[in-house]
Amino acid sequence: MLRIENLTMKFGGVVACSSFSAEVKRGQIVGLIGPNGAGKTTVFNVITGVYKPTEGQIFFHPRDGETHQLVGLSPDRIAKLGICRTFQNTRLFGQLSVLDNVFIGNHLRLKSNVLSSVLRIPSYAREEREIYEKSLYLLEKIGLQDFKDERASSLPYGMQRRLEMARALATEPKLLLLDEPAAGMNPQETRELTDFIQEIKEEFDLTIFLIEHHMEVVMEISERIYVLDHGVLIAEGSPSEVQRNAKVIEAYLGVG
Amino acid sequence: MNEQRRTRLALLALVGTVLALFLANKYLDDYKIRIINLSGIYVTLGLSMNLINGFTGLFSLGHAGFMAVGAYTVGLLTMPIPMKEMNFFFQPIVPWLANVEMGFLPALLVAGLISAFLGVLIGAPVLRLRDDYLAIATLGFAEIIRVVFTNTQSLTNGALGLKGIPNYTNTWWSWGVAFVTIWFVSFLIRGSYGKAFMAIREDEIAAEAMGINLFRHKVLSFAFASFFAGVAGGLLASLLGTIDPNMFRITLTFNILLIVVLGGLGRITGTVVAAVVVTVMMEALRFLDESINLGFIQIKGIPGMRMVIFSIILILVVVLRREGLLTRLKGREASYAEN
Repeated sequence: MLRIENLTMKFGGVVACSSFSAEVKRGQIVGLIGPNGAGKTTVFNVITGVYKPTEGQIFFHPRDGETHQLVGLSPDRIAKLGICRTFQNTRLFGQLSVLDNVFIGNHLRLKSNVLSSVLRIPSYAREEREIYEKSLYLLEKIGLQDFKDERASSLPYGMQRRLEMARALATEPKLLLLDEPAAGMNPQETRELTDFIQEIKEEFDLTIFLIEHHMEVVMEISERIYVLDHGVLIAEGSPSEVQRNAKVIEAYLGVG
Repeated sequence: MNEQRRTRLALLALVGTVLALFLANKYLDDYKIRIINLSGIYVTLGLSMNLINGFTGLFSLGHAGFMAVGAYTVGLLTMPIPMKEMNFFFQPIVPWLANVEMGFLPALLVAGLISAFLGVLIGAPVLRLRDDYLAIATLGFAEIIRVVFTNTQSLTNGALGLKGIPNYTNTWWSWGVAFVTIWFVSFLIRGSYGKAFMAIREDEIAAEAMGINLFRHKVLSFAFASFFAGVAGGLLASLLGTIDPNMFRITLTFNILLIVVLGGLGRITGTVVAAVVVTVMMEALRFLDESINLGFIQIKGIPGMRMVIFSIILILVVVLRREGLLTRLKGREASYAEN
């Protein structure tokens, strides 16, 4: 689904990420972990086109026989190809309603042009009705249907995170990038989140690449884990392999 | 149900305005009718600027430029052929315009389209800029238009301006266009594209990550806004009958900005009300520019005093009520939760 080859990202003299290679296979949940400042979010930003990498290639295979080089594409093009993300510090459309946030996630799949939306010709009206129904379904899925008319910024933090996921799902992604979905959640919420991620993966036939600090979450749901430290890949493998890896333990706990 | 209520209110407002205009035309004098006309034109201008500045979140100050383009287009297209010869005594008009004379509606449409085309042309390079840089660039554009129009003698008659533009604009035209604009902007904003505009305003990075092509949507919003600014400029030209490049200075843009800010960024009803109130106040407060005799004391008139008052109001609104004067304070706790 996604292959990252020798990715290097420098900001001036700072190397945020150096010769990082990784692969995410179709239908997998893959984790990306590492201490703070390890360059995890930078990897996401490069995949989604926010940054252009100093070196390296990223290939995306949304379906068999179709390959896209993501480097050099703009974020909106990448989203249209089927990669969508959530943000570490939520980035909702704060002044807009909860429903509108999800509605906007559908915009990239809209077929009607702008004049038909102003004139509300039947084909547009039909499309809009479908988008509303789909958005309401997604809100129900995340349990926010009763808050649909609230301002997104007025929601508590946990709900905002879920809303971001619903918005990302509305774009109909093949690959979903989750940047610390469990940040700031209590153990109960974290457990619910783990179930939720697995549920949407099945229902929407997703491949998921996630950054997470909560080890329980990553270890439980990831099939494969990549560990970054100071921009360098220090370990990769199954959760149990990674857990036993000396370098990983050192990176997290420091040398004694 | 909500939808129905909204439609009913809109219809009520429409019928009310038609009735009011009918009565006004019957009973009011020319001066007051002119203010009504100006109000309608400012409604269009306010909404057009709000589309860029309020809904799409781009800080653009190029409105006077687009209005100038629209005004000159309508002036040159509707002016009778002998009148053109009289206007252009200094240097004859370019041959391809000399024998053109068309009706008001097509002229307005052409004005809007040329203005929108220019909007796209100017938007393509400058819309990549952010916030204050965009404001400076669009301001520069408006000034360039003014200077160009002052110097293209055979096209715009230069600093002499155009005189004797037929007065087609009446209350039906100015308010008819205002209602079309209200309708257009409301439907645009409620649709998927309008929501995408607002998404860009809220968070560009997130909007782009959701697959919204920033550049395309910004240009789109800019093109619509410049279309309506051009049409409004055309209405103004035909209302005044005389235009010259110096009418389209930054102060004109400032007046529209005043309406947009008082009415509330991203508010349609607020903008409409503010447009009417500001236009009426501009006239009503004229006494401030003249000397005032309070009986025991004589205050000397200072020309421009009105604008000082308006500027103070603007500052107060920006400091105290950024949501605009008409907005109910629903979102205070919301903006608190955001931080």
